Amino acid sequence: MKFSVIVTLKKDVLDPQGKVVSQTLKNMGIKNLNLVRQGKFFEIDIDETDPIKAENQVRVMSEKLLSNQIIEDFKISRAK
Amino acid sequence: MKSSVIVFPGSNCDRDVAVALEKLQFKNSMVWHKDTELPKSDLIVIPGGFSYGDYLRSGAIAAKSNILTEVIDAGKKGALILGICNGFQILIECGLLQGALLRNSGLKFISKNIFIKVQSNDNNFFSKYKRNDVLKLNIAHNEGNYFTNKKHLKELEDNNLIPIKYCNEKGNIDIESNPNGSINNIAGIFNSKKNILGMMPHPERMIDKVLSEEDGLGLFSSLMN
Repeated sequence: MKFSVIVTLKKDVLDPQGKVVSQTLKNMGIKNLNLVRQGKFFEIDIDETDPIKAENQVRVMSEKLLSNQIIEDFKISRAK
Repeated sequence: MKSSVIVFPGSNCDRDVAVALEKLQFKNSMVWHKDTELPKSDLIVIPGGFSYGDYLRSGAIAAKSNILTEVIDAGKKGALILGICNGFQILIECGLLQGALLRNSGLKFISKNIFIKVQSNDNNFFSKYKRNDVLKLNIAHNEGNYFTNKKHLKELEDNNLIPIKYCNEKGNIDIESNPNGSINNIAGIFNSKKNILGMMPHPERMIDKVLSEEDGLGLFSSLMN
């Protein structure tokens, strides 16, 4: 079963890389840009057929290793 | 006094720390991250470097290594633990210290000499210094921008758990002397029992006048007592 996990910095944590990307896009002439936040993307494939069990497993992975809960949030979605 | 220096693939300050410890007559062992047993140690040092190439987040992979289970155990039992630079990042990732080390606010890797001011010396790490001493040390990092939530920051400030802050040559703690954007100019923090210290500057690089300067020596001699 395949999942994707997106890890981003929490809203109140400064994201200097996102800021630079945002500024560069503005310099490129994109005038209606509100916000850019940079994050990380993981593709995870696990050998489990029960979707609830599988998602729980991915959640544990995300909490324990993929993200640092003090500064980052994560979002799990099941890939087709 | 017995010490152990933990070595990961990518550690690069391990030998410098060992030289500093041996200069102060510590009986030191180098401990490989795959080892499952930690030699009996009064002091454990997690050195600087780029463990696992900083993959995922600096220190994140090292924090899950075999030997860290032993280090965490020893820390909870009261052993002294010093994490320098990448070692500080590892101590945070394994949960022995709270907060996070973000990318430097200027987005650049910084390698230069800076000044720090000793905020408190009623602990095992800075007892040989005086309060308000200004030390010249070296920093070399990309993720040294310390961040924590307001509640924890207040705990740190109220309980003297921030022994060192970035300052200028005269000892003024201000925005200009903050190299990496670290909250409240924090250069290092303790856990609540003050047996675990994480710091970004490298004291082991300032222990010999022939090579550099000596402001870091006091930290190792404090630990010897």
